[in-house]
Amino acid sequence: MRCGLAVALLAAQCSIAAASTSVPGDPARGAAIYDRCTACHALAYNRTGPKHCGLFGRRAGSVPGFDYSPAMAQAKFTWNAETLDRFLKNPGRTVPGTTMGYAGIADPRERADLIAWLRQATTESPDCRRH
Amino acid sequence: MIARINPFAALEDIGRRRFILGSGALLSASAVALLAGRPALAAEYGKKKGADTQSDVRILNTALGAELEAIAAYGVGAGSGLLQKPALDLALQFQGQHKEHADVLAKTVRKLGGTPTEAKARYEFPTDQLKTQADVLGFAAGLEKGAVSAYLGAVPLFRERELAKAAASILGDEAMHWAILRQALGENPVPAAFVA
Ligand code: HEC
Repeated sequence: MRCGLAVALLAAQCSIAAASTSVPGDPARGAAIYDRCTACHALAYNRTGPKHCGLFGRRAGSVPGFDYSPAMAQAKFTWNAETLDRFLKNPGRTVPGTTMGYAGIADPRERADLIAWLRQATTESPDCRRH
Repeated sequence: MIARINPFAALEDIGRRRFILGSGALLSASAVALLAGRPALAAEYGKKKGADTQSDVRILNTALGAELEAIAAYGVGAGSGLLQKPALDLALQFQGQHKEHADVLAKTVRKLGGTPTEAKARYEFPTDQLKTQADVLGFAAGLEKGAVSAYLGAVPLFRERELAKAAASILGDEAMHWAILRQALGENPVPAAFVA
């Protein structure tokens, strides 16, 4: 189902369809998708965007020393597979006013792969263990 | 000789255009007619323009932050002593082009009434992993690849279409850097028909 192209009217149906057909993501494919993030992010240190080590279970906008937008700093949710899926689909719609000027990843499969990789990399990778 | 172009030239008057729309005082006759007697709509119109500009400024400033980091990264690469000519010349040329991107982005942010992001006093780079010329070129290639993705992700978000065009112009330059760096590394310079 082409969720990325669905018009607003279909969006609700689309997300239900995506949820009901969701399969576990493939972290190996997710690693390559993370290349799209590395202009701004690294796992272990803050850059233009905040570091990603320890992402799961962390409150949004809470990495010490990172200068978040007011929108992200005041966000009241925690990062998990579901909130990441929503944010990465359309960052600006999920957190209006975010400084992450990135359109998002329309393909649910790609998001699932990326999130599967993030779950491993942000906890188990050598970069994150060291920090 | 390749002429120097300014991809943001079409934007020379956008700050003024936005200001005129935003101020409400100098709307065109047709807009005045449209909004006459409908103050709520007029206010909404002014607010929307303001919000659009702020959104564009946020995107530009994030891109500017990444460009400033790239300038610093090429500085580290060029100063590492690991690059020999002609790779060193390439690094310096690409750094110069990132400086041009940063200059024009900062200028545009200012034109839109924003405050340009400034370079950080200190950047972290994985310098412990840079031991050879190939390591440095690979590091630069990764940054350029990421930059292409970042601009690709920014292009559809601009409310002002001329800004989307200007960002695409920078994307093209960074894609050329990425290809040349891959070539220098002995890799397929253009590995796919699309970038993502
Ligand atoms: C153009 C630069 C840029 C790109 C590309 C980018 N990000 Fe971001 N990201 C940011 C910035 C800046 C923030 C901080 C946002 C804010 O404060 O509103 C951020 C915030 C985030 C957050 C919230 C983190 C926290 O600590 O709350 C997550 C998660 C995230 N990005 C994931 C990603 C992923 C995954 C990708 C790749 C698909 C990506 N980003 C691509 C710049 C970027």
